Amino acid sequence: MKAFRGFVIKEFFHIFRDRRTLVILFGMPIIQMMLFGYAIRNEVQDVQVAVVDWAHDSASEAITDRLEASRYLQVVPGIEHQDIERAFRRGEAKVAVTFPRNFERDLILGESPTVQVITDATDPNTANTVLAYVTAAIGTYQIEVLTTSGGARPASIVLEPRMRFNPELRSVVLFVPGLIALILMLVCALMTSITITREKEIGTMEILLVSPLRPGQIIVGKVMPYLVLSLVNVVTILLLASQVFLVPIRGSLTLLLAECFLFIICALALGIFISTRTSTQQVAMMISLAGLLLPTVILSGFIFPVASMPAPLQIVSHIVPAKWFLIVIRGIMIKGVGLEAIWQETLVLVGMTTVFLVASVRGFNVRLAD
Amino acid sequence: MTAVDIKALEKRFGKTAALEPVTFSVAEGELFGLIGPDGAGKTTLFRMLATLVLPTGGTATVDGLDVVRDYRELRNRLGYMPGRFALYQDLTVAENLKFFASIFGATIESNYEMIRDIYGQLEPFRDRRAGALSGGMKQKLALSCALIHRPRVLLLDEPTTGVDAVSRLEFWDVLTRLRDSGLTILVSTPYMDEAARCDRVALIQDGHILEINTPTGIEDSYPLPLLSVKSSDRLTAKRALERFPFAYSVYPFGEELHFTDSRAEPSVSEIKTWLHEAGVADAEVTVIRAGIEDVFMHRMPTVEGQTGVA
Repeated sequence: MKAFRGFVIKEFFHIFRDRRTLVILFGMPIIQMMLFGYAIRNEVQDVQVAVVDWAHDSASEAITDRLEASRYLQVVPGIEHQDIERAFRRGEAKVAVTFPRNFERDLILGESPTVQVITDATDPNTANTVLAYVTAAIGTYQIEVLTTSGGARPASIVLEPRMRFNPELRSVVLFVPGLIALILMLVCALMTSITITREKEIGTMEILLVSPLRPGQIIVGKVMPYLVLSLVNVVTILLLASQVFLVPIRGSLTLLLAECFLFIICALALGIFISTRTSTQQVAMMISLAGLLLPTVILSGFIFPVASMPAPLQIVSHIVPAKWFLIVIRGIMIKGVGLEAIWQETLVLVGMTTVFLVASVRGFNVRLAD
Repeated sequence: MTAVDIKALEKRFGKTAALEPVTFSVAEGELFGLIGPDGAGKTTLFRMLATLVLPTGGTATVDGLDVVRDYRELRNRLGYMPGRFALYQDLTVAENLKFFASIFGATIESNYEMIRDIYGQLEPFRDRRAGALSGGMKQKLALSCALIHRPRVLLLDEPTTGVDAVSRLEFWDVLTRLRDSGLTILVSTPYMDEAARCDRVALIQDGHILEINTPTGIEDSYPLPLLSVKSSDRLTAKRALERFPFAYSVYPFGEELHFTDSRAEPSVSEIKTWLHEAGVADAEVTVIRAGIEDVFMHRMPTVEGQTGVA
C-alpha cells in the first residue's frame, strides 16, 4: 500500500511539473468549451437581409417588420433588385427578399403572389437556416391574415414546425455532450497511453518491473491521477456549460456524473491498452489521435448525425464508445431521461470497458517484450 | 556459497543468437565483471538475470532463486541498474530516491547506511532535478536507487558508459567498498581498463564467453611475448613489422603499436634493426606485459585494425 501511494504521488509530480501536460489537462477543456460555445456555432446571428420592395403595401411592410424584429436577421434597405448579386459579392447581404408589385392585392384575391428569396449559398448552412427563418416569417403572416379575415377563404393546411428540447436550435446545447466525450478521450486515453510508454522509453519501466510492484498496481497507480483530474474536468465543463452558456441539465446530476465516470474508466482502459501495444510515446500519440480522437469527433454523432452517415460508417460507429456515451449524456442533459431510457447504451459502455480492461491487464507484460 | 549460478543459459531471437549457451557461477561477495564490446550479449544476459527477459534455454539462479520460476520473490532481492540512465529527470534527487525506496517497501532512513557512502556526495544537490545532474552524479544517484532496498545481488549494466574518467574511478571505488561489505556485484563494461578492478572477469564477444578468469590470470594467459613499438612514423613501422619473419600480429594500441612475436624469446635489437632498415629511425621497442585488451585482440582474430600475420 505504501508502495502504491508512493507511485501515485510520483505520478502527480510528473503531471504538475510538465507544463505541456498541464496545458492539455486544464487549458484544453476550457479553450474548447469557449471555442464551441462562442465561435463555432450552427445558428445564425445578425444576417443581413436585403429587402427589395416593389409593392410597398401594408402586407410587404408587415413581413419586413417581422424580419427586422428577428434577432437573427438585420434588414439592409435600399438595395435594388439588379444589385443583389453585387451586394452578395461585397458581403453586404446574405439573403435578398423581393416582394412583387401588387403583393397585398394578389394575396387578398388569393392569386398566390410569389415572394422571391435569394440566398448566398456559399455557406449552405447559413443559407438553409436563413431561408427557414424567412419562410417562417412569411408563413406566420399568412396565418394572421387568414385569421383576421375571419376565415373567409378556405384555410390551407399550414405546417407548424417546432423544435423540441432545443427550440432555438442552440448548437452549444448539442456540443457540450460531445465536448465532454472529446475531452475525456483526450485526457484519459491519450495522456495515459503517453505516460506509460514514456516509462518504457526512458527505461524506468525496467526498474518498475524489477520491483515487487504488481502489474495491477503499476496500471492503477498510473491512471489514478488522470481519473481524478478527469473528474475535475467534467465538473469544470458542466459548470461552464450551465453557468456561462446556460445549457440545461434536465436529468439527474448523480446519474450524469456516474455515466461520465464510466466513460472515463472506458477511456483510461483504452489508453492502457494502447500503451501495452506500443513502445514509444510518438506511436502511442499517433494511435490515440488517429484511432480515438478522429472517430470521437467524426463518427460519434458529435458533429455529424450518425443517421445521415453511409451504412458502412454507421456500422463502424457502433464500436466508437463516444457514440454510446453521447446518446446517454444527451438523453440525461437535454431530454432529462433517467436510467430506464438509457440502460442499453450504458450496458454497451460497461461491456466495452470490461473488454478493454481485461485486454490491457492481459497485455501488460511482467517482463520486457522480446 | 554461490550467489549466481548460470547453466547453459542462452537467448535466441528467432534464428539469431543474442547469447550462445553460457555456464558460469559467481560466488557470494564477489565483484564479477563482464567485459566486451557493444552487442556482445551483456545486456541480454543481465536482463535474463534480472527476470526481465525469458531465456530460450538453460537455467539460472540468483541468490538461490530461479530467474524464471521464482521471478516474483527474486525481484525483492535484486538491485538492478539498466544500461540507460533510468531515473525520472523531472523528479529531484531526493524524490527519485524516496520513490524507489517506497516501491520496494523501504525508507531512506532505515537503509541510509547502505547508501551513505554514495548518497553523501549527492546530498548537497538533493533538491536538484535529476535531469540537471552531471553524468557521474546521475550514475551515483541511479546506484543509490538500486541499493536503497538492501538487495542481495547487484546487477549493473554498463554503469560507467558515458561518464567522465574521474567519476568512473570514483564509481569503481564505491563498488569495491560495497563488495567489501559483502554484496555480490555483477557489472558489465565495454572499458577494458575497468576489468582490473574486478575479482574475476568474463570476456564476452558475439554472444560467446571467451574466457573467465581473474584479471591477472587473463593477462597471464597471453601465450606469446608482447612488445610495444613507439615511433613517429607509425604506418611505416606497422608495415615493416607485418613483413617481419617472426611476426605473429601487429595492431595499433593508443599511440603505440603492439607487436606479438611468434618466438618465445624475441630479440629487441633484431626488431630495431629490421625497423631501421625499413626506414623507421626512431623506433623504441620494449617487452611489455599483456593487458586484458591484448588478450581480447588475441582471442578475437577478426577484430578490426588487427593484422594477423601468422
